[in-house]
Amino acid sequence: MSDVILEMRNITKVFPGVKALDDVSFSVREGEIHALVGENGAGKSTLMQVLSGVHPFGSYEGTIYFKGKECQFRNITQSEDVGLVIIHQELALVPFLSIVENLFLGNEQGKNGIINWNKAVSKSEGLLEKVGLDEAPATLVKDLGVGKQQLVEIAKALAKEVQLLILDEPTASLNDSDSEKLLDLLRQFRKNGISSILISHKLGEVLKVADSITILRDGATIETLDCNTDEITEDRIIRGMVGRDLTHRFPARDVKIGKKIFEVKDWNVYHPLQEERKVSDDINIYVREGEVVGVAGLMGAGRTELAMSIFGRSYGKNISGSAYKYGEEIDISTIQKAIAHGIAYATEDRKAYGLVLIHTIKDNISIANLQAVSQYGVIEDPKELSMVREFRDMLDIRCSSVLQLALNLSGGNQQKVVLSKWLFANQDILFLDEPTRGIDVGAKYEIYTIINQLASEGKAIVLLSSELPELLGICDRIYVMSEGKIVAEMKASDATQEKVMKHIMNHTR
Amino acid sequence: MKTLLTFLKKNVRDYGILIALIVIVVFFQNTTNGILLRPINITNLVLQNSYIVIMACGMLLVIVAGGIDLSVGSVAAFIGAVAAVFMVRYNMHWFLAIVLSLILGGFIGAFQGYWISYAKIPAFIVTLAGMLIFRGLTLVMLQGEAVGPFAVPFQRLSSGFIPDIFNYDGFHATTVLIGVIFSILIVVLDLYNRTKQKKYGFEVIPFYLMVVKNLLIVGAVLGLCWLMASYKGLPTVMIILFVLIILYSFVTSQTVIGRRIYAMGGNVKAAMLSGVNTERLYFLTFVNMGVLAALAGLIVAARLNVATPKAGDGFELDVIAAVFIGGASATGGIGKIIGAVVGAFMIGVMNNGMSIMGIGIDWQQAIKGIVLLLAVLFDVYSKKRIT
Repeated sequence: MSDVILEMRNITKVFPGVKALDDVSFSVREGEIHALVGENGAGKSTLMQVLSGVHPFGSYEGTIYFKGKECQFRNITQSEDVGLVIIHQELALVPFLSIVENLFLGNEQGKNGIINWNKAVSKSEGLLEKVGLDEAPATLVKDLGVGKQQLVEIAKALAKEVQLLILDEPTASLNDSDSEKLLDLLRQFRKNGISSILISHKLGEVLKVADSITILRDGATIETLDCNTDEITEDRIIRGMVGRDLTHRFPARDVKIGKKIFEVKDWNVYHPLQEERKVSDDINIYVREGEVVGVAGLMGAGRTELAMSIFGRSYGKNISGSAYKYGEEIDISTIQKAIAHGIAYATEDRKAYGLVLIHTIKDNISIANLQAVSQYGVIEDPKELSMVREFRDMLDIRCSSVLQLALNLSGGNQQKVVLSKWLFANQDILFLDEPTRGIDVGAKYEIYTIINQLASEGKAIVLLSSELPELLGICDRIYVMSEGKIVAEMKASDATQEKVMKHIMNHTR
Repeated sequence: MKTLLTFLKKNVRDYGILIALIVIVVFFQNTTNGILLRPINITNLVLQNSYIVIMACGMLLVIVAGGIDLSVGSVAAFIGAVAAVFMVRYNMHWFLAIVLSLILGGFIGAFQGYWISYAKIPAFIVTLAGMLIFRGLTLVMLQGEAVGPFAVPFQRLSSGFIPDIFNYDGFHATTVLIGVIFSILIVVLDLYNRTKQKKYGFEVIPFYLMVVKNLLIVGAVLGLCWLMASYKGLPTVMIILFVLIILYSFVTSQTVIGRRIYAMGGNVKAAMLSGVNTERLYFLTFVNMGVLAALAGLIVAARLNVATPKAGDGFELDVIAAVFIGGASATGGIGKIIGAVVGAFMIGVMNNGMSIMGIGIDWQQAIKGIVLLLAVLFDVYSKKRIT
């Protein structure tokens, strides 16, 4: 058994009103990949923030030992100085600076405040090689894909002579091949003696690489599993995370499919900036009452672009094509018109596009349909409140009151608020873009249940998702999208992950 | 006692500014040997600050929507000049001049709003340009001279008082009567709201606290009216202020358009994707600002009884400061009319108090700046604690 590199003992962290961490102990051995899993709000991120000094010493209780020495970090710089680097889910790169500038940001190569660019560039080449990124150091970060940006972040950590790398949901926005590459890199680091802490919701990849798994639940350590000695399955981990068995990950539904409610024909959309580039190419899709239609595809396949262009042309340029509701052509050229025709688009990026975080749950739910609760432009508070509460109860949004601010909710509950907004607006054609991204297993199940319930009420649902098991689990029919085109359509009952991937690969080739 | 403390802690953002105003009033009341709260001075305070309050109502909407308007001082001066030229050089009827001026103010707001909202030029830049443009046009309009005086009815816009129906000597009983009616209204409305909120399960403040709160408010209203009654009674402009404050408080808190402005300021993309016509709404906040700046310009001209090229100089800073001191967020989405009004009076009391004390304009500026910084600092701090 190798030595312990990090040990956190009896960490307790209290936020006003909430005990985020309750006597948590956590240790990482030298040269291992240690996965940290748990539902949203279980305290994973808080624990890592305590570790990296985001929450300075003194704001929590307990002790931290790194390589046998007690640490009292007051800020991130101090924790980075000893070789502890955290890479956040939202990448912290400056898009308009080059790779090399980003690599040494805050760690500039030079003397007396003057940068030695030759040294920086030559050093950066070595780092990029280590992470397997084949790009010129002068390339601007904004021109790289998310996967490559992730590699730049890791190279940046290496530049700081990292000993313990902490990755928070590193593969959340990566496609399968990029994820695989990243995991390989972690394995390679393990060989070189660099330990990693991997926070992830994707249990499949956790099982692939982790040496040990620590499960957090409600701010407490539940257990630490050793992958080398124990037989561990996804179900085993889930049981630890939610404290119960999840027998079905996808709830069942009585499928009652009705008339064709919505259809787009010959839909073409061009990129808003690169006017030559087609992001949706001759798309023909339809959805029926009570049907859940999935749109599968890799990152950048153009799913979001398609949905947003349909939703009142909120994305793209030179949009052409026609839209029909119950066979009649409709005008959906503005968001207001699209909403009036019963179309809704629940965004993949809740925080940036879905919610007004600084406002209350109530205000967020009612905003798209204030007409329903007002007369002559004056809002009737009681009516608004009772309607909002109805949706809170229906979707089981967990909050102290509907007057709580949206920013204080967990990801799953925020997603429910976004859904409530469109249910409040009484829309019958719902485009749901990655509705379960970044939320935990328990909350995912609840979202699926809601989707099922809506479908059984006769609403039409178009589900855009990059998680194939999810699409296979809850859809009736699946469109496969690749590079702006629909390359296949299949019944979900006939579809398999391999089949879908094959269609995508055949097209890209 | 404990509930009182937790209540204050929770609502520190709402009440902090009010408490600060009281502290400042008490401070200057002391340092000016009681001159601050003399009837004549209170009346002056209201008259001097009416235009700041009026513009603060519009500025609050602009700032909540996520913008800023630096041109209001120049626009006010320009409208004052236009009205003066209409009335003095062209002998236009005062009422027609007022109506035309307000419409022109709306057009100026629309002009700036167009560039900001539809052409997507940052509000800071457009209104900075507007500040220069309209200051310049004021000079052009007045040809470098002061234009006046005006007809008496126009002057009354700013220097008039409401008529007294009782005619007691040396005491304006109507003012007190209005104060009493107003007090009763406040208490009844508050009780009504409380029962309504309770019925729908809102958290309400403890009853004894509400009694204390209402006693304080009623005391302040009656005290103010009493003081004013012993001078010349309520100034006409105060009625305009009341109407505007109540109207804008209502619009911001109770109407669809108000809710949408807050949503837009809080997250413009989310508002847009929820079907809010954000471009038009943003545009309208600037039109509204233009009209209110015009109204302020008229009142300034009426008060001085002359339109001068220097009128309204630096008003924009006082107005913006009032809104921020009143707790509005610089990034939009948060702010209250009542906060902006209290902020405006805070600046007014400071200006007035320091002038009475004989502090030079140099130090006045510096001190106001420090107060603004402290107010925003306090705001940032209290926000941090909420999140």
